[in-house]
Amino acid sequence: MSAESHYTPYHPRWYRRRVSVWWWLQNRAYAGFVLRELTSVFVALFAGVSLWQLRALAEGPEAYARFLARLGTPLFVILNTVAFLFILFHSITWFNLAPTAMVVRLRGKRLPDWVVVGMNYSAWLVLSGVVAFILLRG
Amino acid sequence: MKRSITPFLWLLFSAGGTVAALLFPVHLFLTGVAIPLGWLEAPGYPSVHGLLRHPLARLYVFVLIALPLFHWAHRFRYTLYDGLQLKHLTELIATLCYGTALVGTAMAARALWNIP
Amino acid sequence: MPPTVALTVTRYRPERESAPTMQTYEVPFRKDWVVLDALNYIKDRLDGTLSFRWSCRMGVCGSCGMMVNGSPKLTCAAFLSDSLPGPIRVEPLNYFPVVRDLVVEITDFMRKLKKVKPWIIREDERPLAEGEYRQTPDELDRYKQFSMCINCMLCYSACPIYGLEPSFIGPAAIALAQRYNMDSRDEGGRERLEILSEHDGIWQCTFVGECTKVCPKNVDPAGAIQQLKLTGAIHWLKTLLPWGRG
Repeated sequence: MSAESHYTPYHPRWYRRRVSVWWWLQNRAYAGFVLRELTSVFVALFAGVSLWQLRALAEGPEAYARFLARLGTPLFVILNTVAFLFILFHSITWFNLAPTAMVVRLRGKRLPDWVVVGMNYSAWLVLSGVVAFILLRG
Repeated sequence: MKRSITPFLWLLFSAGGTVAALLFPVHLFLTGVAIPLGWLEAPGYPSVHGLLRHPLARLYVFVLIALPLFHWAHRFRYTLYDGLQLKHLTELIATLCYGTALVGTAMAARALWNIP
Repeated sequence: MPPTVALTVTRYRPERESAPTMQTYEVPFRKDWVVLDALNYIKDRLDGTLSFRWSCRMGVCGSCGMMVNGSPKLTCAAFLSDSLPGPIRVEPLNYFPVVRDLVVEITDFMRKLKKVKPWIIREDERPLAEGEYRQTPDELDRYKQFSMCINCMLCYSACPIYGLEPSFIGPAAIALAQRYNMDSRDEGGRERLEILSEHDGIWQCTFVGECTKVCPKNVDPAGAIQQLKLTGAIHWLKTLLPWGRG
């Protein structure tokens, strides 16, 4: 196991460990991080579906009906459910991390993290309710 | 200070992430899960079309599509760069990601402009 | 409770080998012992050739950082009982070159600390006759957390970006910059923002968040970085305004 050691001008060679391309699988935290980052793919996919819906709408009622029928197929329902779960993961991680970037100071004291997180979740609930109401009241 | 576009791209990423976090769950749940499964009545074409007559509604839909696309572009670009160690392809990846977001944004703008 | 526990330790002797190897030692198990105690037992009784850094043994000097079972820890704060049944894997801090055994080369880190100008920057120095700077408890509170850093480098070992991109300035250096930015006596925020906005500065960070998780002093470097991103972005917006330049 012993091999030639090389000397640089003033000291023995340092050993530099290479980072494997599988670094993100090496522990739970890194894997969770990559999963969190991959939620962006589902965000893009839903933006794409919304764009598709918009174009179908622009084409007229028959095109729109065809779009709705497509979304009703089992394949799309499964894909959209998976996407929904990933997007929930995005929302939860996003709101939980909000206080680190947004430091709100009131009268010299920093607002506690749970207040900032709570404000985000409350906004989420209220906005979701408003959107659902507007879309469904017909 | 040397002018860099990175702060601006980060702002787009943050805005897009916030829009997606706040609004995508409800939209996706309704459009992709509840309505196709029949749990809720789909709003008819006239009703949706009617909603989109307001310019503010069109602005809302534009923001709903454009900003999250840029959120994805920025985040996915770094995921490929770090996750797959594709440093040598960094310009290509950036062009593909932001380029796709730009194309999607342009398509959304055009569709919203052209809806009767 | 077992009478002994095994420690599997990295050995690297550059004068006779070209890559590290692992060596296992059997050390007594005491429920109040930390990994550092076990390493010192090895050095005193089993193998005097083992090399490692340590000093205060109470979590304030930042010398004894190593990878314990794959996580960066201060070995003076890592209880053996938390890692039972063993063998406990002790390796040099991740993402730094290994000099010998468990000792890593930290010149890069030291250089980066200096790069962020970690001192009070004033446009005009106050003459002594004007007396001392005064600071309220609230003003102290704004930067106190970032001043608690003991330069232990656990955050660098936890940061995958630093591992992938060794030129990344890193969490501790950025937290140190923010410690001065948030100090009411300091007027160097703009200068530091320029340094931190360079290619290997804050924008390399993708908010993995591990740096904050492993910090033994609750410095929250991830928080400092995200706050600086927001500051940098707002500053960028201001430069768009015709009167905002400079």
